[in-house]
Amino acid sequence: MCLLGGYMYNETDYKPFIELKNVSFSYGTKPILQDISLSIPQGKLVAIMGGSGCGKTTLLRLLSGQVKPQSGSVWVDGCEVNRLSDRDLLALRRRLGMLFQFGALFTDLNVFENVAFPLREHTQLPEAMIRDLVLMKLQAVGLRGTANLMPSQLSGGMSRRVALARAIALDPALMLYDEPFTGLDPIALGTIAVLIRRLNDALKTTAVMVTHDVHVSLNILDYVYFIAEGRIVAQGTPHEVRVSTDPFVRQFVQGEADGPVRLHYPAADYAAELGLKQ
Amino acid sequence: MPDLLYPLRRVGHLVVEGVWRFGFAMRFLFLLLINSLQTLQRLPLLIREIYFAGVLSLLIIVVSGTFVGMVLALQGYTTLNSFGSTEALGTLVALSLLRELGPVLAALLFASRSGSAMTAEIGLMKATEQLDAMAVMGVNPIARVLAPRFWAGVVSMPLLAAVFNVCGIVGGYFVGVVMIGLDGGAYWSQMQSNVDLHYDVVNGVIKSVIFGVAVTLIAVFEGVNAVPTAAGVSGATTRTVVTSALVILALDFMLTAFMF
Repeated sequence: MCLLGGYMYNETDYKPFIELKNVSFSYGTKPILQDISLSIPQGKLVAIMGGSGCGKTTLLRLLSGQVKPQSGSVWVDGCEVNRLSDRDLLALRRRLGMLFQFGALFTDLNVFENVAFPLREHTQLPEAMIRDLVLMKLQAVGLRGTANLMPSQLSGGMSRRVALARAIALDPALMLYDEPFTGLDPIALGTIAVLIRRLNDALKTTAVMVTHDVHVSLNILDYVYFIAEGRIVAQGTPHEVRVSTDPFVRQFVQGEADGPVRLHYPAADYAAELGLKQ
Repeated sequence: MPDLLYPLRRVGHLVVEGVWRFGFAMRFLFLLLINSLQTLQRLPLLIREIYFAGVLSLLIIVVSGTFVGMVLALQGYTTLNSFGSTEALGTLVALSLLRELGPVLAALLFASRSGSAMTAEIGLMKATEQLDAMAVMGVNPIARVLAPRFWAGVVSMPLLAAVFNVCGIVGGYFVGVVMIGLDGGAYWSQMQSNVDLHYDVVNGVIKSVIFGVAVTLIAVFEGVNAVPTAAGVSGATTRTVVTSALVILALDFMLTAFMF
C-alpha cells in the first residue's frame, strides 16, 4: 500500500516495487521512450542497458519524478509517481537515493558535510548522532579517513564512493544508479561494483542501474533490460544474456562495431557526396 | 536574391527574445520570493552567502571608493578654485557620491565581483548535476541555493554602497584638507549643512537597494539558466556583467529623473 496516500496498488500476492505501464516520453517532438512496460520486484538489482542516448537516463528521471511521462504510468512502492503532489513527491524522494554519473558532490562542502547534508535537511537529529551516522556511512564505503577533505581533493573513484555514502545516508528503499562505472580505472570500478552489490544485500534495497558497461555489471546484477531506440528489445538474467542468440544482445555484449545497431549515422550516398557518381 | 528583410527580422527576433527573457526573469523572481521564507528562517545559510557576496567584495569597494573620492576632490578643487568657492568642496564630494557615484559604481563593482561569481558558481553546480542531486534528495534547490544568494546580494548592496560613500568622503578629505590644505572645519560643516538626510542619503540608499535586487536577480537567473557546458557557463557569466551594467545605468537614469 502506498504510504503517502493517493493511489493504492490493488494486487496483493505479487507486488513489484517498481512498475512502468506503457510509458511513453518525448522531449518536444523527439520521442525518447515508447511504450515501455517493466516491473522490478523488491530487493533486486536490475540494470537498464543500451547505447548512449537511447533514453536510459530519462527512465531514471521518470522514476525519481524529475520528468513526467506523456502517457502511461510510473509506480514506485505503490505510489503513482506522475500523479503525486509536490509534497508527496518530496516525501517519496526522501526514501530514494540516487548516485549521479560523476557523483555530483556539493563542491562548497567537505566530504563530511556532503554525507551529512540529507541528515541535516530532513532530520532533527542531534549533532553527535549525525556525526556517528556520517562516519558509519563513510566507513561502509571505506573512506572514513577522507571526512575532512574537500571534493576537489578526491579522485574520480573516491568521489563516486562518497556520493554513494551520501545517497545511502537516509537508508533509502530505492537506489538509482546513473552510469556508476563511467570513467573509472579497473580497481575503482571493481570497488564500486562490489559496494553496490553489498549494499543491496545488506540493506535489502531495490536498485535500478543504468549502464552500458556489460562485463562488470553482469557479475553483480539480478536482471537486465536492453533498450534501443526507446523500446525494450531484450531482457533476461545475466546467464540468459551471456548465452543469448539475439543479434542485438550479441552485438552489445560482444561490443561489435556493426550489427542491428548501425555504425554509420544515416547519410546521403557516399560516392555521390564525394562527387564520384552522378 | 539577398534577403532584404533579414536585418529587420533580426531586430524583431532580438526584441521578442528580450521580452521572453524578461518574463522568465520576473516569474523566477516570484519563485524566489515564495521560497524565501525557509531561507530567512535559516540565518547561517544567509550569513555565509553575505560573507561571500559582501564581505569579500569589501577590498575592491574600499579601494575604489577612496580613489573616486580623491579624484573628485582634485577635479572639484580645480573648478571651484576658479570661482573662489573652494569651501564647497565637502558638499560637492558628498553629494556626488551619495546621490550618484556611490550607488552606481558600487553596483557596477558588485556585479563584476560578486554577480559574476554567483553566476559561475550556480552554472557549474547545474553543469555538475549538483542542483539535480539536491532536488532528488527532496531538497528544493531554489530555497537552499538560490534564495540565500539572492537575499545576500540584496542585503549586501546598500551596505557596500554606504562603505563606498564613506571611503570616498574620507578620500576627498585627504586630498582637499591634508594635501591641498583647505580648512577642515569648512569641509565638514559645509557638507553637514547642505546634505539632507531624506533627500540625499535615503534616496541613495533606495537606489542601491533597487540595484541590489536587479544585479543579484540577473546573476542568479543567468546562472540557473546557463547551458550546462564550459562555453555555456562562460557566456552566462559575461551576460551577467553586461546586462547588469546596462540595467544599472538605465535604472539609475529613471530613478534620478523621479527623485531629484
